[in-house]
Amino acid sequence: MQILWQTAMWMSAAAGRRALAVVAITGVIAAMLVALFLVPADGEQGLVQRLMYLHVPAAWAGYMNFTVVFVASIAYLRTQRVHWDRLAAAAAEAGVVFTGLTITLGALWGRPVWGTWWSWDPRLTTTLILFLVYSAYLTVRRLPDNPVRSYRWAAVVGIVGFADVPMVHLSVLWWRSLHQEPSLLRPEAPALAPSMLATLVAATMAFTVMSVWLINMRLRLRRMEDRIFTDAPGRLIERVRPVVIPAMPERKN
Amino acid sequence: MTAYLRKVAALAAKDLRTDLRARHTMAIVMPFAVMLLVTSGLVFGPGRAMLIQVLPGIIWLGALFAAVLASERSFENECADGALLGLILAPVPRGAIFTGKAIALTAQLIVLEAGMMLLGVMLFDLPAMARPLELTVVMFTGAAGLGALGVLFGAFASATRTRSGVFPLLALVLAAPMLLGATRGTAAALGGEDPGDWLSLLAAFDLIAWSLGALLFESVLED
Repeated sequence: MQILWQTAMWMSAAAGRRALAVVAITGVIAAMLVALFLVPADGEQGLVQRLMYLHVPAAWAGYMNFTVVFVASIAYLRTQRVHWDRLAAAAAEAGVVFTGLTITLGALWGRPVWGTWWSWDPRLTTTLILFLVYSAYLTVRRLPDNPVRSYRWAAVVGIVGFADVPMVHLSVLWWRSLHQEPSLLRPEAPALAPSMLATLVAATMAFTVMSVWLINMRLRLRRMEDRIFTDAPGRLIERVRPVVIPAMPERKN
Repeated sequence: MTAYLRKVAALAAKDLRTDLRARHTMAIVMPFAVMLLVTSGLVFGPGRAMLIQVLPGIIWLGALFAAVLASERSFENECADGALLGLILAPVPRGAIFTGKAIALTAQLIVLEAGMMLLGVMLFDLPAMARPLELTVVMFTGAAGLGALGVLFGAFASATRTRSGVFPLLALVLAAPMLLGATRGTAAALGGEDPGDWLSLLAAFDLIAWSLGALLFESVLED
């Protein structure tokens, strides 16, 4: 816990921010260059298979961010400390972006390989519903007039939405298997060549750092926003210097 | 425990009584459901096979929209004359307020579904029901899941200036597993099959929705 806290402090300092930005950007660019030029293309799917090196890491980053929203929402309701809400909101925004990217890339890949943009496959449907839940989460944040109320409501949606995910997955799985024979099953994933697997792992790591960097930037922005809107609760109140009233000189008669 | 249950019962009775007296369910929600059935008859009909195929989905979509209407109305009532404040100040645990309200909403939804089912039998010329017992259980568990969601997020509509809007959005997305389970379960029971798996899915959804609702309602309400 102590280590986590110290890492968070380091990341919010200027040197930490810069280091994170450098690692995130060079990591993602390097991973994409390797994925585009160094790794051999898939024998059957050809060039379009290279989308995998973006699609899978983006999906991973999305799921990771939504888990962060869930944990931070519980922590916010338990402690009522505003920094947990900042973390949840930042992670939700990043998660929606990554999940949207996942769905778009998946559709682009699915058209040539599956022959369709979309299929009601359990994994696809669950990801889409996840995307919608956290889009609604971001909408809920904007609703109430009172900031503290919006933090609490958002936390409730963050928790209930995450608890909903396994149910969505299970229900779609059963719905598919009882409703109609899957016509577009994902072809049995061929064992990945070692070079492909290495690229995928590297890209996933790069996306993880990128996601931490995005959250970190968003947190900083939010802290600044909170400082401008002076009535925002939390850290700001601790920042206000106590007014020191000079003691009255003792009266001597 | 009995004291807690008595509070829950009193709250549920209060909600049902106000609704009966205002005739909201009767005057607004019921006509809406009837209109939905008639319209879908026009849109999907007149082939009987098609109508029977879409009936479970229509009933549960109707129940979802009805839950939105009814719970928004219920919280609007609470907003008048500071009734909600009185409720919050009353020596009642917040979980009990949630449970009482959710029971009342579930009861309204069950009445509504029974009405839609009867009308569906008449308008859509349904064959004799093969599994009435299973159908009833599906109706109850489905309504309970919607009732819990409706109360937990219906409170959102009461406290914002923009009122509705976000709640239907949330309800539609979060209710997805419940809608699938209830629709497939109803279709199975109507078709004479065993809806066993769907029933367990609905029961699990209810369990999660009711316990999370009782736990988190405090955070929605607290002000």
